Amino acid sequence: MTAALSVDRLEVVFDRFRALKGVSLEVQSGESFGLVGESGSGKSTLLRAIAGLAPAASGSITVNGKALGARRDKAFYREVQMVFQDPYGSLHPRQTVDRLLQEPLAIHGFADGEKRIQRALDEVGLGTGFRFRYSHQLSGGQRQRVAIARALILEPSILLLDEPTSALDASVQAEVLNLLEEIRRRRKLTFLMVSHDLAIITHMCERLMVMQNGEAVEHLTAGDLVERRVTRDYTRNLLRASDGFVRT
Amino acid sequence: MSTLLDVDDLRVTFPTRTGRIEAVRGVSFSLGRERLGIVGESGSGKSQTGRAIMGLTPPQAEVTANKLAFDGIDLLTASPRDRRALRGKRIAMILQDPKYSLDPVMSIGRQIVETLRTHEKVGQAEARDRALAMLEAVQIRDPARVFDLHPHEVSGGMGQRAMIAMMLIAGPEMMIADEPTSALDVTVQLDVLGILDRLVSERGMGLIFISHDLRLVSSFCDRVIVMYAGKVVEQLAASELGRAQHPYTRGLLNCMPKIGADRHPLPVLDRRPEWAA
Repeated sequence: MTAALSVDRLEVVFDRFRALKGVSLEVQSGESFGLVGESGSGKSTLLRAIAGLAPAASGSITVNGKALGARRDKAFYREVQMVFQDPYGSLHPRQTVDRLLQEPLAIHGFADGEKRIQRALDEVGLGTGFRFRYSHQLSGGQRQRVAIARALILEPSILLLDEPTSALDASVQAEVLNLLEEIRRRRKLTFLMVSHDLAIITHMCERLMVMQNGEAVEHLTAGDLVERRVTRDYTRNLLRASDGFVRT
Repeated sequence: MSTLLDVDDLRVTFPTRTGRIEAVRGVSFSLGRERLGIVGESGSGKSQTGRAIMGLTPPQAEVTANKLAFDGIDLLTASPRDRRALRGKRIAMILQDPKYSLDPVMSIGRQIVETLRTHEKVGQAEARDRALAMLEAVQIRDPARVFDLHPHEVSGGMGQRAMIAMMLIAGPEMMIADEPTSALDVTVQLDVLGILDRLVSERGMGLIFISHDLRLVSSFCDRVIVMYAGKVVEQLAASELGRAQHPYTRGLLNCMPKIGADRHPLPVLDRRPEWAA
């Protein structure tokens, strides 16, 4: 099996602050990989560095066997797409869903836009009735479905998911997580998913990496978490937090 | 148990271009010195219920009720002046995101002092001392430093602690916490909840805890009200959540991913029109 995505000793520096301190990871093709940690642990920065939204100071990123340079080309974005945390901030407020979905198609010169938009909307369970609405006419869950449709419309093989459900209600979160799982199964996608919620990560991912202060502190499988085979106190704290409030 | 708050048939209606929208449709409950959770999805009316009690309903909306009384004071007929005196002094509210609910151009200490001096006649020096003591009570390690910081200079967890300090400094008898930890990290959430829990029980306050996370609410509160489409669909003791009758309550409990439970796909809510009837 080949690695769909591999990151080797990646460093990201903002001014003098080292946001990522030599992080390495490998995600196999078709695998779902989770990144867990508190705010400021660098998990989102890692995702953004892969997508080309944060500058890599050193280290290398390889996608489907191809090393990436400082700039991402169009071919990269055909392979890798990202879904952001906040569906209220990631959709253009003055564009209809149709216009939003047409943009990536126009950039990449797809001719069969009409068919693709219909299929993408059907795939995320929205249907064409939503096609000419503006994002403010949609609920949070519907917006996140549009964001997923936009990511899928170029038929990428890797999806970067940055806390895709943390802005949503618990009940809507379940729907979006189910949708993501179903799409991954159907399209054989590779996921790299960030969350601060261990329960979501164990539900969605086979393997995960725990991050703290820009470093990887622990590599685990979902099974390790279920049986609580963790070695670091930091991870144990995260585990305890996901059990909910306990009065002392 | 003495009743602190009495709500009977509360309705909040918003006039819109397409007709009147009832956000809250006949909610009734009473609160003693206990922890009450209000749970529901976005748009279930849980926040509007809290805001109506606090008197923060937008002016275009209409609030009606058979009874809305706090400690015997009728909140519906109370003058704006009387309600202002209650707000912050006897009833306090914590909002979701400290990034937006704190004044960005005022230091944290000054905001806390302002709250205190609005409600009590205290000198500047004493107010400062009490603010510092309050910051210490919410487990801020270096209160003197945080006192002079502005909200953008502190983390979310720290900001929310400052918010709790500000809300508690006038010694309220009732607190409404509207999603107080949703904007925080999981680990910080527990710290903040721990602080809130300790202060509320130490001071014997009544607490209304509004959240969409049923499991969190049930681990924190004594009693839980579940709302759907502006109505209360179920009311039960937190310890009896496992025996919830209403399919909506059970749906909310089941839809969360849990470590160790291998359920693919996750059960989702099958919303029925008769729940809203």
